[in-house]
Amino acid sequence: MRRVSPAVAVVGASLAGLSTARALRNRSYDGRIVVVGDEVHAPYDRPPLSKEFLAGAASRDDITLTTPDDADLGIEWRLGTRAVGLDRSGRAVLLADGGEVRADGVVLATGARARRLPGSGGLGGVHVLRSLDDAIALRQDLAVAGRLVVIGAGFIGAEVAATARGLGLDVTVVEAQPIPLAGPLGADMGAVCAGLHADHGTRLLVGTGVAGLVGTDSVEAVELTDGTRLAADVVVVGIGAVPNTEWLADSGVTLGGGVLTDARGATDVPGVVAVGDCAATWSESAGRHVRAEHWTNALEQPATAAATLLGARGPGPAPAPYFWSDQYGARIQFAGSRRDGDVVRVVEGSCADRSFLALYERDGLPVAILGMNQPRLFTRWRRQLRSAVPAAS
Amino acid sequence: MIPVCPTTALPPGEAIRVEAEEPIAVFNVDGDFYAIDDTCTHQDASLADGWLDGCAVECPLHASCFDLRTGKVSGPPAKTPVRTHRVVVRDGMVYVQPRTAAGCDA
Repeated sequence: MRRVSPAVAVVGASLAGLSTARALRNRSYDGRIVVVGDEVHAPYDRPPLSKEFLAGAASRDDITLTTPDDADLGIEWRLGTRAVGLDRSGRAVLLADGGEVRADGVVLATGARARRLPGSGGLGGVHVLRSLDDAIALRQDLAVAGRLVVIGAGFIGAEVAATARGLGLDVTVVEAQPIPLAGPLGADMGAVCAGLHADHGTRLLVGTGVAGLVGTDSVEAVELTDGTRLAADVVVVGIGAVPNTEWLADSGVTLGGGVLTDARGATDVPGVVAVGDCAATWSESAGRHVRAEHWTNALEQPATAAATLLGARGPGPAPAPYFWSDQYGARIQFAGSRRDGDVVRVVEGSCADRSFLALYERDGLPVAILGMNQPRLFTRWRRQLRSAVPAAS
Repeated sequence: MIPVCPTTALPPGEAIRVEAEEPIAVFNVDGDFYAIDDTCTHQDASLADGWLDGCAVECPLHASCFDLRTGKVSGPPAKTPVRTHRVVVRDGMVYVQPRTAAGCDA
């Protein structure tokens, strides 16, 4: 269907959406670009929300993602506007305010939202951390609190615990699994990273489920499945994220733990691509669709998806996924793809010193690398890893 | 000018940190030398430890990218450019001419 005025609608105004708009202009796309975002805020960087921003060391301006150069992109921002549907035949994004954005191409970049603890709604002092508003609310509560309980010892939970310890709070982390971070890092290295909590005076309880929260107006305690009650002024729930795809239920776009796309970001609806945390992208190496929630993924996928949308061939997927976490002043970096059964060994430094590199090998070949407080060596190994892993076609 | 090292000590794809008033990172990109401020403008990290990809360096911590030729940010989360500095190769030695805060060659 030809239109007088070509346009791309980008649904989602965070890193993936902004990066796709930039990538379209990099490819000399000169049609309209309309970016729809449900938050009122201009694009901001999320990693500092659990760290410097939460600690009060970074301001709102510090974490703004857009630069003065972005003004030249000519983006039409529709912020504070929620998309509620996609009309595939009319190729229009339907908005909560009754309006619509008609476009030749649509970029789905609606991200994910924090998973909440069932039955925790309405109780004061209970937080999740995903958005700028979440971080502002949590920061205000932490400033007057003495005791924090973090439910979930994943990266977000660990970073919040570390920041709160730095602010002087008494912190307990509760984790249902026997070893934190065993999914991304494996049991051995998950245990090493979780050791940072004890190093810095945070209590870590593992293999412990949460039975419920105690309190009338505000939370007073967390009750564990073994009957233990942990007194708490503030509770942070960090138990993962779910993709924001419900609005696409009747759109014809196939969903399955995210928006299903091929390796180049194309959904099964022509002219519609998906990027970032909401996208479950086909991975040739994994042999399945993978929904990655890493910052670098939200940065890199848009270059490929923008090319796909314009009928060009963009860069292939990054051969070695990369993510990092900063906790208690320790820099944790990971690159590659780990699976259960991979053999891990420390190749530099020592875990006890909290300064090391650990190499993951499969069939004698390096597949992933983990570094703690070793940025220079990590970069070298990451480069070697890239040359060792054949790029996906 | 600050002597950096013999050219043979800085092969292609490598970088070295030079102590100056503000530390400087010198890179060898396929035989061409570039110098920029070593400290990332996003958070305290040494760009000489970063990932070199063509004429761009990626910060080793948070993946901000800078163009070695211009100092401009080519990837977030950094928003402020780094300064570039002049590199001189003479008699097999690499030297760097730090740029002053005013933006001119010293």
